[in-house]
Amino acid sequence: MKKFLSIAAAAALAVALSASGAAAKVKACWIYVGPVGDFGYSYQHDQGRLEVEKALGDQVETAFVENVPEGPDTERALERLAREGCNITFATSFGFMDAAVKVAKKFPDLKFEHATGYKSAENLAIYNARFYEGRYVIGQIAAKLSKTGVAGYIVSFPIPEVVMGINAFMLGAQTVNPDFKIKIIWVNSWYDPGKEADAAKVLFSQGADIIVQHTDSTAPLQVAQEQGKLGFGQSSDMIKFAPKSQLTAIVDDWGPYYVRRVKEVIDGTWKTQSTWEGMKEGLVVLSPFTNMPDDVAKMAAETAEKIKSGELHPFTGPITRQDGTVVGEAGKPLPDTDLLSMNWYVKGVDDKLPQ
Amino acid sequence: MDILQALILTVITAATPLLLAGVGEAVVERAGVLNLGVEGMMVMGAVSGFGAAYVTGSPYLGVVASILAGTGLALLFAILTQTFLANQVASGLALTLLGLGLSGLIGEAFVGLPGTKVEKLVFPALSDIPFIGRILFAQDLIVYLSFLLTAVVSYVLFRTRLGLVVRAIGNNHDSAHALGYGVIAIRYLCILFGGACAGLAGGYLSLAYTPQWIENMTAGRGWIALALVVFASWLPWRVAVGAYLFGAVTILGFFVQGMGWGIPSQFLSSLPYIVTIIALVIISASRTISRAAAPACLGRSFVPDR
Repeated sequence: MKKFLSIAAAAALAVALSASGAAAKVKACWIYVGPVGDFGYSYQHDQGRLEVEKALGDQVETAFVENVPEGPDTERALERLAREGCNITFATSFGFMDAAVKVAKKFPDLKFEHATGYKSAENLAIYNARFYEGRYVIGQIAAKLSKTGVAGYIVSFPIPEVVMGINAFMLGAQTVNPDFKIKIIWVNSWYDPGKEADAAKVLFSQGADIIVQHTDSTAPLQVAQEQGKLGFGQSSDMIKFAPKSQLTAIVDDWGPYYVRRVKEVIDGTWKTQSTWEGMKEGLVVLSPFTNMPDDVAKMAAETAEKIKSGELHPFTGPITRQDGTVVGEAGKPLPDTDLLSMNWYVKGVDDKLPQ
Repeated sequence: MDILQALILTVITAATPLLLAGVGEAVVERAGVLNLGVEGMMVMGAVSGFGAAYVTGSPYLGVVASILAGTGLALLFAILTQTFLANQVASGLALTLLGLGLSGLIGEAFVGLPGTKVEKLVFPALSDIPFIGRILFAQDLIVYLSFLLTAVVSYVLFRTRLGLVVRAIGNNHDSAHALGYGVIAIRYLCILFGGACAGLAGGYLSLAYTPQWIENMTAGRGWIALALVVFASWLPWRVAVGAYLFGAVTILGFFVQGMGWGIPSQFLSSLPYIVTIIALVIISASRTISRAAAPACLGRSFVPDR
């Protein structure tokens, strides 16, 4: 309903503007895979949009479409925004990639940006956050605090970003406890609170005592809170839902990036590029370390500092893969292109990667 | 044993919303009305339940609010399809869209707020029985209600005069009308009952299953309940079998994944649908055709001839 209203309003405004011949504002638009009310991934992107409105005020107008399924509907949503004159459109989910490439080709005068993918064009930039940096840190925390030596890991789809997260988590955990284990459940959904809660309960019953998620709702943390177990927040700071269970949360702060890019569109300096920023630039933020002893918090903070300063890269070679082969040069991080197409597990992960 | 108990408890939470919504819809369809708006009524129940519980601090008022919200939306559907004779399929789909949109709008203020949970009602002595005690006698009110509802609906539909009238209206509304039964009035009541059940199912999600409000938190459960009703050939106890089977296979899939046996997760995700369909088809096939057949007037508007 909201999205229809906002689009209708935007369309009406666009007509009014062109009719009066007034100097058009720059219009920035977003499409989200979930509802803005998910309090997770899409919510954080929308917070970024609101920051753009606040920072650039009269120079910009924004619109968004939420709940866009990954598939043929993506293209329709993008095209509709393009026809409504969105000067720049941010497609915020991995599965929007091919649609973004297609629509960008159709509308060469408009600008597009796609999050977390790897295909770009003259008018299609890509941007991403190095979420895995945070996952390396929480891996260390989990290995320190787990009594059973097993973490439960709830995941959505086997895309490179998620696999990268699992690997970074394991590499971090292994620096503390080389025998650390994770149990993985793929719920095949970004967003289904019920299923996520069920998966958390099953993982706890199987001996995991810390829950990690790469899905978008707060449900797994709530289960942890109920059962007196521990867990990590995802995308947003979820401490309110699990005051006694959340150890920290990997928070995405897209605002500054969006403000910068929309400003560039206004100034006419926007260029296609591939941006991949992390904790150093403040795109990935760890919320305060809670519910853990001071020495663990100190260790986590130190690791985070090292990642920020560039001293430590979670994927520094040589890395042994699950199948026993070794990748990466000693002492050097894996190239970004390898990270972005990661489709293998590191040694120590017992799961079989769905193909 | 502990693992098994934990798994069964999880199955119950997963099955309860499907069961509640499914039993309600079974009554609606038995009366010859196809309401595809279950998902919409459910999600409205979820947001209203959460909102009322948050504002008043009482999860039980939340439960009442979720029932009222589902009933309210169902009333809209009843007015459209029974009084104004609008197409039932289109109205039902519209109801779902309306529910999803409206709940997002109402719920905006509640996003990111921790909720209150419906407490477990623990029967003192009985819940100490090893293994089954915690499963059967330490649930929350809504779970007990779902058991009770299935039994009562099953009894009323097939063992009472009222049930006979409802089924007669669903099978041949002209004859029922000729016999002097108020087809429209009874359909109204059945639709409202279905709405109340769907609303309660939604309330279960936001007040017990995952006590929080997030948009679209029903995530398609209304549609699964609708499908269950058809495959259960409109029999309440078969809806219960289907709901529990669906929940059990889902949880079992998670369990197998957690064990790391290397079975593809996509296959495990599709398994609940496959197993439930096969099981319910087998049960249906073993019965006489007439009991398994769809209500003959399902989805047809009734226009009384004067």
